Amino acid sequence: MQTFPKKRIEIVVEAPLLRRITAKLDETGVTGWSVVPILAGHGRDGDWSAEGQVGTASQMVMLITIVDAAKLDAVLDGVFALVSHQIGFVTVSDIAVMRPERF
Amino acid sequence: MFDLAFQNLVSPMVLFFVLGVAAALARSDLSIPEPVAKLLALYLLMSIGFRGGVEVAHQGVDGTMIAAIAAGIALSFLMPFLAYLMLRTTSRLDAVNAAAVAAHYGSISAVTFVAVTGTLGQLGIAWDGYMVAVGAAMETPAILAALLIARGRTDAATPGQSRGALLREVALNGSIVILLGAFVIGALTGARGAAMLKPFLNDAFAGVLCLFLLDMGLVAGRGLAQGRRHLSLPVTVFGVAMPLIGGALAAGLAWIIGLSVGSTAVLITLAASASYIAVPAAMRLALPQANPAIALTLSLGITFPFNLLVGIPLYIALAGRIAP
Repeated sequence: MQTFPKKRIEIVVEAPLLRRITAKLDETGVTGWSVVPILAGHGRDGDWSAEGQVGTASQMVMLITIVDAAKLDAVLDGVFALVSHQIGFVTVSDIAVMRPERF
Repeated sequence: MFDLAFQNLVSPMVLFFVLGVAAALARSDLSIPEPVAKLLALYLLMSIGFRGGVEVAHQGVDGTMIAAIAAGIALSFLMPFLAYLMLRTTSRLDAVNAAAVAAHYGSISAVTFVAVTGTLGQLGIAWDGYMVAVGAAMETPAILAALLIARGRTDAATPGQSRGALLREVALNGSIVILLGAFVIGALTGARGAAMLKPFLNDAFAGVLCLFLLDMGLVAGRGLAQGRRHLSLPVTVFGVAMPLIGGALAAGLAWIIGLSVGSTAVLITLAASASYIAVPAAMRLALPQANPAIALTLSLGITFPFNLLVGIPLYIALAGRIAP
């Protein structure tokens, strides 16, 4: 089966920022994304866990989106302006998709 | 006073909280899933909001209610300035972290609000239903105060983040919406609504509160175990001193207004509490340079247990002395 190269962006960020990031993706013409909750983790400040938390401040989420290489810089510039001072990280990887018109 | 403190310490609510803290510190795998904890919080806020509304429907609106709301707003706005000053003069916290912590102590803890109403219920002390509206009104002004304090000291607020948008987000956070929404529904449906929902919203309240405080104990214990290295001695002392100072200011205002014993105890407790739901999220947007572990560990690991174990009986005893 033929596949087509695309870019996969993973954004791990503090939950309170999620709405602003999805708005920014919408603004830059990204057509779809998925959000995954993160149960627990370990970073520079030690362990953390979402267990039993009522507020969003102690929670992290992962946002996954796939974009065309031509759009990558615009999306990353917009996202980085939002997350540069926040806890978390952004990764970009090369992937292959079967339906390129969707991204 | 000592009798009240003893009764409080051996109440199921407090003992379940202590169990949670002990289990977390002992690294037990006891846990309450996050969606369940959120559901318990929603239930408790819905219950006190609705019951407050029913009582307002019964008693009506008067000048005391307006004065109590104004007092709450003034406390919430002014306490962050006091807290900031204390932190900057007694500890080595930088301006941004001190402003973020100060916002937590100007705003209120809905969980502590629920806890004091639970204790008052156990003691058979009535409080005025409009205190629900006072609690809701105290959430947001502290954020505005913190933004004013931090203005010019940070350039790192989330881009595109207007002050209005941030305040609107805090004012519309889930805990406020359910609290005020249930309050309005209670006020609209009055005694008829209260009779319909009594088995759900009244009878199960104490049991659900115990389960929720078990969760709070687990979260506080874990937070302390992980975050205590972020707390210097002066900052830790602040976590106990600030509730007493805020509570004393609230006691004075309650005395001037002439609030009842129960409502005085609630206002003191609100002023003595520190937010750990709405404000931490707002501070991550407004002051992302601030270390969230400092304010959260202080609020949930020091101030909340202090208020639950020592503060609430103290505030109720004080209210009994000063209220008419």
